[in-house]
Parts: sequence; C-alpha cells; structure tokens
Amino acid sequence: MRQTPRVRWGEFAIESLIRVIGFSTVGFVIIIFLFLLREGLPAFAQIDLDNLFGTRWYPTFDLFGTLPLILGSALITITAIVIALPLGVATAVFIREVAPNWAREILKPMIEVLAGIPSVVLGFFGMTLVAPIVRETFGAPTGLVAFTGALILAYMSLPTIISVAEDALDAVPKLYRDAGLAMGATQWQTIWRVVVPAARSGILTAVMLGMGRAIGETMAVMMVTGNAARMPLGLDALFRPVRTMTATIAAEMGEVAHGSVHYHALFAIGIILFVITFLINLAAASTMFRKRRRGGLR
Amino acid sequence: MDKIKTEHLYFYYGRKQALWDINIAIPERHITALIGPSGCGKSTFLRCLNRMNDTIPRTRAEGKVLLDGQDIYSPDTNVVELRRRVGMVFQRPNPFPASVFDNVAFGPRVLGLYSRAELADVVEESLRSAGLWDEVKDNLGQDALSLSLGQQQRLCIARVVAVKPEVILMDEPCSALDPIATLKIEDLMRALSTEYTIVIVTHNMQQAARASDFTAFMLSDAERTGQLIEFGPTADVFTRPRDKRTEDYITGRFG
Repeated sequence: MRQTPRVRWGEFAIESLIRVIGFSTVGFVIIIFLFLLREGLPAFAQIDLDNLFGTRWYPTFDLFGTLPLILGSALITITAIVIALPLGVATAVFIREVAPNWAREILKPMIEVLAGIPSVVLGFFGMTLVAPIVRETFGAPTGLVAFTGALILAYMSLPTIISVAEDALDAVPKLYRDAGLAMGATQWQTIWRVVVPAARSGILTAVMLGMGRAIGETMAVMMVTGNAARMPLGLDALFRPVRTMTATIAAEMGEVAHGSVHYHALFAIGIILFVITFLINLAAASTMFRKRRRGGLR
Repeated sequence: MDKIKTEHLYFYYGRKQALWDINIAIPERHITALIGPSGCGKSTFLRCLNRMNDTIPRTRAEGKVLLDGQDIYSPDTNVVELRRRVGMVFQRPNPFPASVFDNVAFGPRVLGLYSRAELADVVEESLRSAGLWDEVKDNLGQDALSLSLGQQQRLCIARVVAVKPEVILMDEPCSALDPIATLKIEDLMRALSTEYTIVIVTHNMQQAARASDFTAFMLSDAERTGQLIEFGPTADVFTRPRDKRTEDYITGRFG
C-alpha cells in the first residue's frame, strides 16, 4: 500500500511524457506550416499576381510565373496515375483474389520492398535505362521528358495503390463472393462485377494516396524530366521536357539569396504544393470516412 | 420424379469427416427440409448440391451427387453451369451494395442479357415471384441495403429466380428474420415449389413441419459425423418416425 503514491507518480510521468510527445508531433506540423507561410506569403505581396501566376518562370529577369510548374506537376502526376491505376488494381486483384497462397506470400513482401527503394535510385534507373527507351520508342529529341517522369512516378506510387486497394478488396465480405458464385457467375465475373465495385471507395482512396505520393516526389522527377520550365501545352507536351514545383524548389533553393524575392517565391511554390497535397489528402480521408459510415460498402 | 439423388456421399474438410454415406432422393418440385442439431452436416450437405464447398480449400467429396441422373462431381462438370441450374439463398441476406434493380439484373447480365427493356421485364417478373414487387416498384433505384432484412432476403430470392434455376437451395434463410418476415418467406417457398425444387436447411422444427413436403433428419454420433437417419414425407417423419433418434429429436428430448 505504501508504494501506491510512487506508482501513481510513475503513471503520471509516463502519461505526461507520451502526451507531450504526441502533441509536439502535431505542433511541429503547425510550426512548419507557419514557417512556410512566413517565408512564402511576402511573395504574394512583392510579386504581382499576374506575374506570379504567369506563364514564364525566369527568376533572373524577375519573372516568377508558377503556372508552368503547377501544370508540369499536374501533367506528370495525372499521367502517372493513369498508368499506375490499372496496373495497381490489377495487381491487387491478382494478389488477393487469384494468386495461390504461396505466390501471395512472395508477392506481398516484394511490393513492400518496392516501396522502400530510395527515389534517387529510381531516378538513376530512369535516367540510364528508361530515358533512352522513351527517346528511341517515341522519337523524341531527348529521353528526359514528362513521360519518363510519369513512368517513374507511376512505379513509385504502385506500392501505395496496391497495398491500399488490396486492403479494400480484403474488406469485401465473403458473402458477396459466395452470392456471385452461387448465381453462376464465373470467378472473373464475380471479381469485376461484385468484388471490385464493392471495394470502389477503398480503391478511390488508394488512388488519392498514390497521387499524394506522386505529386510530392522530388528527386527522381528532377533527374528524369529535363527541367525546362515551359508551359506543357500541346499534344506533344508529354514528350517534351517539363519542370515540376518540387524540382524547382530543390534545384534553386541552394543558390538563392536569403530574403530575396526569388527566395520568397520558392516558398510560395511550397505553399501552393502544400495546399494541393492537403486537398488530395482531404479528399482521400473523406472517401474513407464515407466508407466507414456506410459500413464498408460503396 | 427425383431431381437430385446422392449415392454414398462422403465429405471431408481436410482430414475431418463431415458427411457419412448419404443416400437420398430429393423429389422434383417439392420442398425438402433438412433438420438436425447443430454440426450434423445439414449445411455441408446443402453446399455439396451446388458445389459451393469447392470455394473452401482442402475439402473433398466422395460418392455421387446426381442431378437429373448426371453426376455433378464428375470431372467434366461445368461448375458455373451447375450453379446456374442450382441456385442458393444464404443464411444472412446478402444483397450486393447496389440498387434493387441491379441486384436482380446481376444474374441475367452475367448470362449476357443487356437490353434494358428485357432486363426490366425479367426484374419485374422475378420481383413479383418473390412477392417483393409491390413494395419496391416505385423505387427500383434505391439501395438494396436500405430495405428491411426480410425484404433483403426476398430480394436475394428474386435474384436467384431471375437466373431461372431448376433447384433453389436455402441455408436457414429465416434465421436472421422476425416471425412475420419468416412467414412471408414460407408462403413464398410454397408458391415457388410449383416451379422449382426447393431444399431448405432449418433449425426450426415447426418451420420444417409446416412448410415442407419431405423431411430429412441428420445426426452425428461419436464416430460418424453427418449421417442421414431418416427421410420421408414430412407428415410421416413428424407423426410416426421410424427411428427412435428421430422421435427423440422431434419431441425435444435433445438438440
């Protein structure tokens, strides 16, 4: 009995410690955001909005048009998802519904390894192997183009898409599969008409998370997209060099004078990127939330 | 006329034996009830009749199950085709998370029927024969999961009927339902039995007594799981059972 107070103090100390650690994690996010705002907001005052959302990014001539960068990011992210979505969902379906147990046991860890490959390695891979193939196949003057970046990004977002989509398929009750099979649907008909539609909200979440992963990627993209800040318009935009928001920040931040307009402009790009990824994550979370409210269906 | 006949049917989950030498002849266009205590193999037996047990790994059936004289366990059986002929209604209502219309249209679409007008006809006809049409006709686009459980179960029956099977298997279709919904399903079974052969597993002896034409009593003992003890017209099984164990069970002495 005499020990009780000490135990209580111990409990209290541990609880407080955990609470402080927990809150500090959230606190750091807020601090980062405030820092981003402090450094980035002046840009919106110092640069005309016409200039800031213009089509030309030439900092040396005080031209800070972020539009080509935003569109560059959007182009390769969307292309990457268009490539990765069918591959990712098909892989998830294969692993969850078709593959025999032993194959599943091999494939799942391999996909986790895929998620752990450093992006600079993928960038290197893209530069030396994928870029020449793109150049030769599509007859582009260089292989360092938006399409190469999209291929690498697709590959990088695959593990996210596969594992989230697979969880979604796993959550579809066996009753649905049984119902489909018992009505004389083949295994494929059951998968495509029953299981995948029942998992569609989870698959949507997978796509959102994959997009979030792709749009924030820097190193690999910087290495393979050619980094020309031009408007990616026209039908051949995919096979021309392009520059993303992330690559711009990474490439220029090291050489910019602290406190200059250019410096603030780079942080402004950071704010724009932050808002975009926040919106994507919000969309992903809301589909997940809707799914939970509806009992895991739709 | 016998629709389904089994000859020396044994069934195993891995090494665990689950059915023992079942020999039964299920008459066409009648309702056959399978009764017996939990674990006596009634559901296993039912799931042998459309080979739904195939979806469980490491299971094995021995003996013959003859549907119109054809062994459905022979290697050249097309299981997909078999399940179109032998439909199934499950214990818990399991409509797909889609509209009422899409649920009923699922089977016909799988069979390759896509014309909107023809689908609408099949859906109406199936919902009518499941006694659900009047309740849902004004809103076929509503989410099937918004229906009551009893309605969901009748929707599942409509979904099976839409494929026009020959046999309908029902695995305790009323165990999740209230008494009124249960009676509706029983009336429905009676109406359907003019066209379909129905085999129903039930825990509820009153249900077997009032809603079936034939009754099979199954039981497990210490050595042999899943034996067929007695099979005959429902009135005979319930009023003058031939086997002492049947009598003990239906008079409530065990189980």
